[in-house]
Amino acid sequence: MQLTTRSKVVSNKQLSFAERIYLPALLKGMFITLSHLFKKKVTILYPEVKREHAPVYRGQHVLKRDENGAERCTSCGMCAVACPAEAITMESGERKKGEEHLYREEKYAAKYEINMLRCIFCGLCEEACPKEAIFLTDRIVPTEFEREDFIYGKDKLVELVDKRVDVSKRQTPEVLAFKKLEGMRHNVLYTKKLTTKSESKS
Amino acid sequence: MSKKSSHIIPPSINSIEKEYSTLNLGPTHPATHGIFQNVLQMDGEIIHDAIPTIGYIHRAFEKLAERRPYAQITPLTDRLNYCSAPINNMGWHMTVEKLIKAEIPKRAEYMRVIIMELARIADHIICNTIIGQDTGATTGFLYLFQYREKIYDIFESICGARLTTNICRIGGFDKEWGKVTWDRIHQFVADFPKALDEFNNLLERNRIFMDRTINCGPITAEKALEYSFTGPNLRAAGVDYDVRVATPYSSYSDFEFIIPVGTSGDTYDRFMVRNEEMKQSLSIIKQALKNMPDGKTHADLPDFFLPPKEKVYSEMEALIYHFKIVMGETDIPKGEVYHSVEGGNGELGFYLISDGGRTPYRLHFRRPCFIYYQAYPEMIKGTMLSDAIITMSSMNVIAGELDA
Ligand code: SF4
Ligand code: SF4
Repeated sequence: MQLTTRSKVVSNKQLSFAERIYLPALLKGMFITLSHLFKKKVTILYPEVKREHAPVYRGQHVLKRDENGAERCTSCGMCAVACPAEAITMESGERKKGEEHLYREEKYAAKYEINMLRCIFCGLCEEACPKEAIFLTDRIVPTEFEREDFIYGKDKLVELVDKRVDVSKRQTPEVLAFKKLEGMRHNVLYTKKLTTKSESKS
Repeated sequence: MSKKSSHIIPPSINSIEKEYSTLNLGPTHPATHGIFQNVLQMDGEIIHDAIPTIGYIHRAFEKLAERRPYAQITPLTDRLNYCSAPINNMGWHMTVEKLIKAEIPKRAEYMRVIIMELARIADHIICNTIIGQDTGATTGFLYLFQYREKIYDIFESICGARLTTNICRIGGFDKEWGKVTWDRIHQFVADFPKALDEFNNLLERNRIFMDRTINCGPITAEKALEYSFTGPNLRAAGVDYDVRVATPYSSYSDFEFIIPVGTSGDTYDRFMVRNEEMKQSLSIIKQALKNMPDGKTHADLPDFFLPPKEKVYSEMEALIYHFKIVMGETDIPKGEVYHSVEGGNGELGFYLISDGGRTPYRLHFRRPCFIYYQAYPEMIKGTMLSDAIITMSSMNVIAGELDA
C-alpha cells in the first residue's frame, strides 16, 4: 500500500551466488572482528577509572550556603510543590536574633528531608527554587543497607562551610553575570545588609 | 468412592500423543527483555496457543497524570518507551503547546528535531542489535552499542540525565546548548555511518542471519492495519505510513527523507526498515545542523515558560510568575487536543482533555507497543519457540508501554 511518493523498498531477500555460499560473509565477519582487536579499548576499568559526568548531571542534591556560610533556603516549599515524586518534606523555623550568620532569611528550613528512594532525579526542584538554594550535582547517591538511610536530612544535604560544592557550571551565563552585580538584595552579603539597615534607621 | 473421584481432574481430552505442555515465558525471562508474561501451550517445540498477560507492571500513568500539573507529567512520559525518552518528552510538550496555541521558534524546533532523531537512532540501535543478539550474533551488538552510549552522552550534556531525560520544557529549551554538546553531535554524525556499515557488513547480507530471519514472524499489511500497527513494524509490512510525513510536526516538513518499507512484514523486513531509518535520521540531523536557524530557543510564553533565574532572583513580577507557573496556577485554556509523534516504535499519541484546571482532566497515551503486543500471540502461533523470541525482539516491544 502506498500513501506517499517518498517510500522505497529496502529489503532484498534474493541471495546472490556469492551470498549463497556462506564463506565470503563468514570471512568478512571474521575480518571485522579481528580488526577490532587492534582498536582502542572503549571500556573503562570502573572502580579505578571513573567516567566523567557532565557538569549538568542530575545526581545527589546539595543545599547551598551563601558566601558568608548562611543557608540560602528560606523554606518556601516551591521544591516540594514542584516535585513529581513527592520526595521532599520540610519544616520551617523562624530565625532568632543572633542566628543571622546561620540563616540568610528570616524563615528557614528547620528540617529538610529528601527521600532518595522516591526521588527520580528529574531536576524540577532545582528549576523551581527561587533562592538559588537547591541544586542537583554530579555526585551519585551511594547505596545503603537500610531504607531509613536513604532519607537525607540537612546533615547530608547542606554543603559544608569549608567544603563548598561548585554549581556555577549549571547556571546560565546570565545568572553568573547577575551575581556579580552590585546593589542587588540577592547578592548582598549579610554583614553588609546589616550595616545598610542600621544606617537607614539612624 | 464416586464422590471422591469428582475431585480428580479428568484425564485430558487429548490423546496421549497430543498432549500439550504449558510453558511460562516470563515474567522475568532473560530472552524477553522486560517484564512480559506469556503463557504458552506448547506442542513439543511448536507454539500451539499463547496467552499474554497485559498490565503486569501497571503504573497507572494516566491516573497519576490527572493529579499533576502539566510540567510534572514530563517525567512520567520518560518512562513510557524508555529507549527513546526524549521523543516522548517532546511529544508531550508539543501536545500542551497545541492546547495553549504556542508558537515555537524555528531554532527550538530544529533542536528538537535533532534530539528526536538521535533518540530514534538510539532506539533502533537497541532493537537491531538485540535481533542480532537473539539470533546468536553478539559481536555486532557490542560494536554498535557504543554509539548508543555516545548518544546518551549528548543527552547528558544537554539535560543532565541519560535514560530518563526530562529534556526540554513546554515552550522550548531553557538554555542554549554548550559547545561540548554541538561538538559531540558533529562527532557522532561523522563517526556513526562507519560503525553502522560495519554492523551491516556483519549481518545484513549474511546468509545465516537471513535464513534465520526471513519468514520469521510475518504479518500481512491488512492484518497489521487491522491491529492498527504503526511505525517501523507497519512499514515493514509495506505500508509507508509515517507520522512525520502524514501530519508533519515540529518543522519535519522542511526535511528531505525517504520512508523505507519492507515487503512481507517479517523479521528481516523489520530489521532492514530500521536500518535504513537510522541512515535517514542521520541525514535529517545533518540537514538540521546545516540549516540551523538563529534566534531564540524558546517561545515567548510568560504564562507557561519559567522566567530566567536572574529575573526571579531580583524582580517581583518575575518571582510572582515563577511561583504561579511552578504551582501550576496559570490559566490553561479549556479544550481537547490530540497530538501524535513518530516515536521510536510507532505513533505515540497524547489525547488530552483540559477543563481549565491545574491538571489535565483526562490524559491518554497511545502506546504503540501496547498494540503490537495484542498481535503478538497471533503472530507466534504455529511457530517455533525460538522464532517467538526473535519476533518479539524485532517488534521491539518495550515493557514500559504495556501498562495501559
Ligand atoms: S530549597 Fe529553594 S525552593 Fe526549596 S524550600 Fe528552600 S528556597 Fe524554597
Ligand atoms: S529531583 Fe525531582 S524527584 Fe528528586 S527531589 Fe527534585 S523534584 Fe523531586
